[in-house]
Amino acid sequence: MIQIKDLHKSYQMGSNSLHVLKGIDFNVKEGELVSIMGSSGSGKSTLLNILGMLDEADLGSYTLDNVSIKNLNEKVAAQYRNKFLGFIFQSFNLINYKNALDNVSMPLYYQGIKRKERTDKALHYLEKVGLADWATHLPSELSGGQKQRVAIARALASDPKVLLADEPTGALDTKTSYEVMELIQGINEEGKTILVVTHEPDIAEMTKRIVNLKDGRIIDDRPVNQILAKAHV
Amino acid sequence: MFNRDRWAEILEAMNANRFRTLLTAFGVFWGIFILVLLLALTNGLRNGVGADFGDFATNSMFMWSQGTSKPYKGLPKGRFFSFKLEDVEVLKDQVPELKYVSPRNQLGGFRGSNNVTRNEKTGAYNVYGDYPEFIKQQPMDITAGRFISYSDIGDKRKVAVIGVDVVKGLYDIDEEPIGTYIKINGINFLVVGTFKNPKSNGDQEEEANTIFVPFTTFAQAFNRADNVGWMAITAHDHTQITNVKQRVFDIMKEQRTVHPDDDRAIGHFDLAEEFGRLMGLFSILSLVGYVVGGLVLLSGAIGVSNIMLIVVKERTKEIGVRRALGATPWNVKSQILLESLVLTILSGMWGIACAASAIWLMNFGLSQSGPVDNFANPSVNIGVIFIALTILLLSGILAGLIPATRATQMKPVDALRIE
Repeated sequence: MIQIKDLHKSYQMGSNSLHVLKGIDFNVKEGELVSIMGSSGSGKSTLLNILGMLDEADLGSYTLDNVSIKNLNEKVAAQYRNKFLGFIFQSFNLINYKNALDNVSMPLYYQGIKRKERTDKALHYLEKVGLADWATHLPSELSGGQKQRVAIARALASDPKVLLADEPTGALDTKTSYEVMELIQGINEEGKTILVVTHEPDIAEMTKRIVNLKDGRIIDDRPVNQILAKAHV
Repeated sequence: MFNRDRWAEILEAMNANRFRTLLTAFGVFWGIFILVLLLALTNGLRNGVGADFGDFATNSMFMWSQGTSKPYKGLPKGRFFSFKLEDVEVLKDQVPELKYVSPRNQLGGFRGSNNVTRNEKTGAYNVYGDYPEFIKQQPMDITAGRFISYSDIGDKRKVAVIGVDVVKGLYDIDEEPIGTYIKINGINFLVVGTFKNPKSNGDQEEEANTIFVPFTTFAQAFNRADNVGWMAITAHDHTQITNVKQRVFDIMKEQRTVHPDDDRAIGHFDLAEEFGRLMGLFSILSLVGYVVGGLVLLSGAIGVSNIMLIVVKERTKEIGVRRALGATPWNVKSQILLESLVLTILSGMWGIACAASAIWLMNFGLSQSGPVDNFANPSVNIGVIFIALTILLLSGILAGLIPATRATQMKPVDALRIE
């Protein structure tokens, strides 16, 4: 699903150049649930941003679902993001003046899907995350866990190839974190490829493979015995 | 582009900070309000001054004889002469561009002594000897009877057409003037018509204090022979009187044996030129209106632009999220553009509506208080409204352009990082 070869990325910080990714080689097969770990500054978020086409690598190749991702202009990048990727953020990033249903249907809106169909689909995904009853609530009326579940529904709405989650449990307490992970595991069981960036070992243990990053290099890439989040809820 | 969600989003965004939206809208509102009002006032001034010209055909000039200033063909300088009736025919023949050539003579006038009597009543009035065409050069409303006709001219009938103020002065309220006789300088004239001036402002009294009699009758009754006091000359619509007047002067000089270079022998007043000068002034005034209004509007548009920049700044993260979800730069840009357009046009429409109400109020006030000097019927035509709307549209786009560009300048990854 994802092939990355010799990926380099550096940032210009004033006169200093900060080399963040120093040659990443990394493949993800369809249906995998991978966690990317590392201390802050290890480059895990940068890697995720490049995978999410929000940022561009300086060197190296990136192929997503057999499409080479290179030198995209913003328009094509936006279309690819819409078609291939679903984002889950640490701070949820719901649009605060739109209710849950409208938030979920946003990716569909940018696909140009008709309102009626959009609403049906969005409601379906809200149901899937167990929030159908909250469809008309604004994000400010939801708890943190609920917000993240709405965000997951939104990421799923356009039926993307890959879900990219950047610290999805970073703003949640342990119990809610596990609930969210349970949901993510369930989605993965249905065959969706998911990448989770986290620095919490217990969250990482709930994925199927851990990739450890340090100073811009992969130092460790191992499969794990997945711990089911359900057991902890 | 204009689907329901778009509009919902625009309304949501504008509702999010209502007071700010209102203040911003006021800038544009005020600009267009001033613009429309200024143009309406200019128009009012133009209408008012235009009314002072009365209904007199503006493509006209008046021409009279003065003393010569050069000797010519044995005639001395300083000689006084009169135009003759035959000159009228010569002018009509030789200058086909002329529509009307009316020779005129006058008796009495400003500060004249009492010259008209009827029974025991008496008054001082302007008495003119005129041809029937004159009513086409200076339109007047015949309130009863008729104006002078060519049979009056031919038969030298002693008939008179009198103004409403003459009627007031010489007749009792319930008296019918038509068919009665008045004495002008001791000679009896039969009243065949009465008139009033349609809508002249300044000289109303003067003009309604007037008596018209046939030119030929005038000449004979008051011993003017074939002398002509002055001429009112109107050109056809497609030629400017200003362009043909020199030819008229040349012909008259030849007719009256005046040196061709003697420019002081013939005096004239070119109504078209004066009118054109005034109208030119008003064109400049409305240009000033456009410029001033436009500049006020510009500051309003800058206000909108400013606020949109703040809105974009505030929503940087949201824009980042939207782009992560698949919003193309154009999606984002058009949203911002449309938002500023809607804000400008809505407030602009309010401005136009309020300006229209203000104009209506002014007109209402004017109609209640009666005519005011040099000001009448302030108004703007629909063309001006369309121009104003176009300006609005342009300024809305202009106001949104910079913020819209700004909104997509940042990379999505940076936008998402903003807290």
